[in-house]
This record gives sequence, structure tokens and C-alpha cells, in this order.
Amino acid sequence: MYFERKHNHTVRKIKSALAVGIAFTSAILVILPLGLVFFYLLINGAGSVNWDFFTKLPAPVGAVGGGMVNAIVGSLELLALAGVIGIPVGVLGGVYLAEYGSARLNSFLRFLADVLNGVPSITWGVVVYGLIVLRFKGFSAYAGGFALALIMIPLILRTTEEVILLVPNGYREAALALGVSRWKTIVHIVMKTASKGIITGILLALARIGGETAPLLFTAFGNRFWNHDLSQPIAALPLQVFTYAISPYDDWHRQAWAGALVLVTGVFCVNILVRILTRGRGASVV
Amino acid sequence: MEDLVMETPEQTVLERLEQGTAPPPEAELPLVRTFEVKNMSIWYGEKRAIDNVTMDVVSNAVTAIIGPSGCGKSTFLRALNRMHELTPKTRMEGTVLLNGKDLYSSTVDPAIVRRRVGMVFQKSNPFPTMTIGENVVIGLRLNGVRNQKFLNERLEKSLRMAALWDEVKDDLHKPGTSLSGGQQQRLCIARALAVEPEVVLMDEPCSALDPIATAKIEELIYELKTKYTIVTVTHNMQQAGRISDYTAFFYLGRLIEFGPTTKIFTNPTEKQTEDYITGRFG
Repeated sequence: MYFERKHNHTVRKIKSALAVGIAFTSAILVILPLGLVFFYLLINGAGSVNWDFFTKLPAPVGAVGGGMVNAIVGSLELLALAGVIGIPVGVLGGVYLAEYGSARLNSFLRFLADVLNGVPSITWGVVVYGLIVLRFKGFSAYAGGFALALIMIPLILRTTEEVILLVPNGYREAALALGVSRWKTIVHIVMKTASKGIITGILLALARIGGETAPLLFTAFGNRFWNHDLSQPIAALPLQVFTYAISPYDDWHRQAWAGALVLVTGVFCVNILVRILTRGRGASVV
Repeated sequence: MEDLVMETPEQTVLERLEQGTAPPPEAELPLVRTFEVKNMSIWYGEKRAIDNVTMDVVSNAVTAIIGPSGCGKSTFLRALNRMHELTPKTRMEGTVLLNGKDLYSSTVDPAIVRRRVGMVFQKSNPFPTMTIGENVVIGLRLNGVRNQKFLNERLEKSLRMAALWDEVKDDLHKPGTSLSGGQQQRLCIARALAVEPEVVLMDEPCSALDPIATAKIEELIYELKTKYTIVTVTHNMQQAGRISDYTAFFYLGRLIEFGPTTKIFTNPTEKQTEDYITGRFG
């Protein structure tokens, strides 16, 4: 009859179960490292994350206690510096790629941005060392922020371009047909429609550079004390973790674990924020 | 639908002729012309989309453009407010006069053209980030109007003209995308009317709507022609017969026949027009 099985159903079911099993195992393998890292950080670092850690300066060698407040604030200052340079350049560059330019030029620029995204981060540190640190004869927060901005720009550029291309053409045409200029259409209609995606891209870029250590080694350099002069070396959380982790002192090792835990938690929180932002109401297309 | 009898384009036109709501077949084009198109040709790259079209668009009337897919009717429509220029590699020859002024003169800003010649698209496209109210006045806002009282007045006026005010007056703060398809299309019409254009171009405004929503838009078009000149592209022969005063038949980028709808539908000069209208091809 019409509904009779022509093939061996059992064999199919086994094949299907096998495929699902392999896919499931792969998914677990992907998530497992994250879980392990976080778990290990919690075990080793949670004990040292206390009020002092967020409020006190590093203790001198040998003294117990102390914190990393200068590194936490320093990291935030570096992120702010990088953002001031990287966000406008990245976003406007992305807008240019999506809305202006010729197809040939744009595919060339896109290729360059992808290459830049693949450049090892320590290279940026060396580049900025040559460009800024040597010229102004000193490590500085400016140099660190600039190095981080250079990493940020191609990241933001590409995500911005992609979300702007996702905005349906009908909205551009509708605005232009109202006699609105091209530029106003892009700012008030296209970028507004894509704003969630653009903000997501910015946050992910910030989360990415927040954990960068290598580009800061030759630029921001690190600092064991408070520094509010941006033309001087400044502390940063990943740098401090690096310095403490390679030191021979157990107490510093514990602090390094705590620092790493705070850093990972920070990145984790930014990603959760991104999830909340992108969920939202269905008012936006991207 | 209770009315299952198929109506033919001819019947709709003849009914309107009896009611005196359509120009008689022998009518000459009245002297007041909104658009005068002379020898228009448009190329997309190497492809010629419009081939030497000359026709006039009469003021305060509905002109329907009909023809099979790919015949250039949308291109012709978009050339009337320079929207076709958004497509890369377009080239245009000939002249288009709007009230006697050349739209394509080098000193003309396309943005100003589009403020005077509005457009409604096939797919309703209210801005998703804006409320119903914001959607209607966005054209004025982005053109620099700040006076809130004026914006509120224009908001109500535009929505009333689009026959949407009574349905949305209590929901102006809700997202524009929360409306039904037909309401969204009327919202887009209100948005186009808010900048007070002289002409409204419509690119198959009903093709994505159900028959009831279509009937509402058609009624609206019929009312709007007292204040505006309307050019509409349609695939629906009955619709052209119901709403238009003049009909242009395009085929392969050429204007085959143009005249009062009554004449085109009852006594076309060209064999191709007759074949298309009676459904022999296209």
C-alpha cells in the first residue's frame, strides 16, 4: 500500500541516533573548555577575590594582602581611550563600506580589514612601540589605548558593515522618497535600525581587547601604583595577572588567579549584556 | 467574498462610464499636465529598460501603468522622482518636466524632487524603530521641521487623508510594525502625504494585500486624486479599470498605448494592448 515501509526503518534509526550522538559530543567538547577554565579559576581564585582586591593597591613583596584596584581602574581607562579612537573610526568605516564606495575598492578594504583582524596582537604592541613609545620616549596609557584601538577598529568595522547591510533596502528607499538626504537617511534610519547590532559589535570588541595582554607589554607597560597621568605607564588587569603569574611568590600567584577570575567574569558579563540587548523586543531587524 | 461573479476590466470601466466617473473614450488630454515626459530612455548597464517613451501625466487624475513583468513600468515610475538613480550604473536620456521644470537639470537636487513627488512601495515599509506617530512625521522632522504643534496637526491631517486616523488615533505611540498589512500600507501613504507632495507615485501598492485591504486602498486612491496627481503601477487589470482615469500600456520598455482608461479597455488601437488586457499574454 501507499504507506508501507519500503526501506529498513531500524537501520535508519540507528544511523540517525549515531549522527545525533556525534553532533552532541562535539557540542559538549566545544563547551567543555569554557566550563573547565571557569571552574578552575573559581577554585583557585575565588578565595582571593575580596573587598581588598577591589579597593587596595598591590602589597609590597613579602607583605600579605593588597589588591588590584589600580589595575582595574587602569584597564577601564585604557578601554575608554581605545573606545574614543576605535569606536568612531570603526563605525564610520563600516558605514562607508556598507553604503558608499565602489564594489572594487570595498572588496579590497574588506580584505585588508580581515587581514588586520588576523594580525597577532603582539604585533600591534610592537608597532605602537615604534610609532609612539620611541618617539615620545616613554611608555604611556595613550600608547596602550592606541594599540588596543588598532585591534578594535577592524573588528568594529566588519560587524558594523554586516549589520548595516542587513537593513532592508526598503527603509532606505522609503526615507529617500520622503526627500530626506542620503546622509540623514543613513544616520537616522539605517543606523538607528541597525543600532542594536552596532552596539553588540562594539561591546564584543571591548570584551575582546579588555583581555589583551601582549599589545600592552611594550605600550602601557604596567604600574604598581596609582597613575592618573595618561602620558605615564599605567596598570592593566591582564598585565598585572601576567606579571604576578610569572613571579616566584605564592601570594602573588593567588592574586593572579583572582585577577584572571575577575577578568573572565567581566568578559562573561559583557557577553550576557549583549545577549540581553540582542534579545529585546522585535522592534529592530538586526 | 460574496461576489463570486468574475468582473472583467471592461465591465468596471463601462460601469464607471455610466456613472460619469471616468473620462469618455474620445476625451482629449486636458491641458493641465503634471509631468511631460519626452523621449525618455533608461539603461541599466547595457540593458535598455525604457525605450524612447513620450507621454504626459494629467493633473488631479489617476494614471495607471500596466504591462507584463519586466516591461519597464516600475523603472518609468521611479524615473518620475529620480528614485531609479539609486540603482548603480543607470543612464537616462530625454527630459521629464514637472510643472514645466526640468527634473533632471544639473541644478536640481534629487531630494527636493522627491519631496514634491512622493512614493509608496509595493511592500509596506514603516520604520521598525519608530511608533505610528513618529513614522508619519519623520519626513518633516528630518527635513528640519521642529515645531511640535505643526507636527501634531500634520500628523492628524495626514492620517485622516490616509483614512487611518480613526483606527490608530489612540495607538499613536505603538510601533508602526504592530499594524496589519493594509494598515501599514495606509501608514506609508500617510507618511508620504505628510511632506505635502504634489504627486504620489505608487508601485503596486496593493499587490501584497488581501481583497478587503485592497478595496480600502483603492477607495483612498480615488479620494486622493482631488488633491494629488497619482501615478500607479498595477498588475491587476480590474484594478486599473476601477481606479484609473488614464492608462498606459508598456511592453518591452516601450509605451505601446496611452489614453483614457475607457478607450484603452473598450476600444484599444493596438492589437498588443487588446491581447494583454483580455489575458491572451502576459
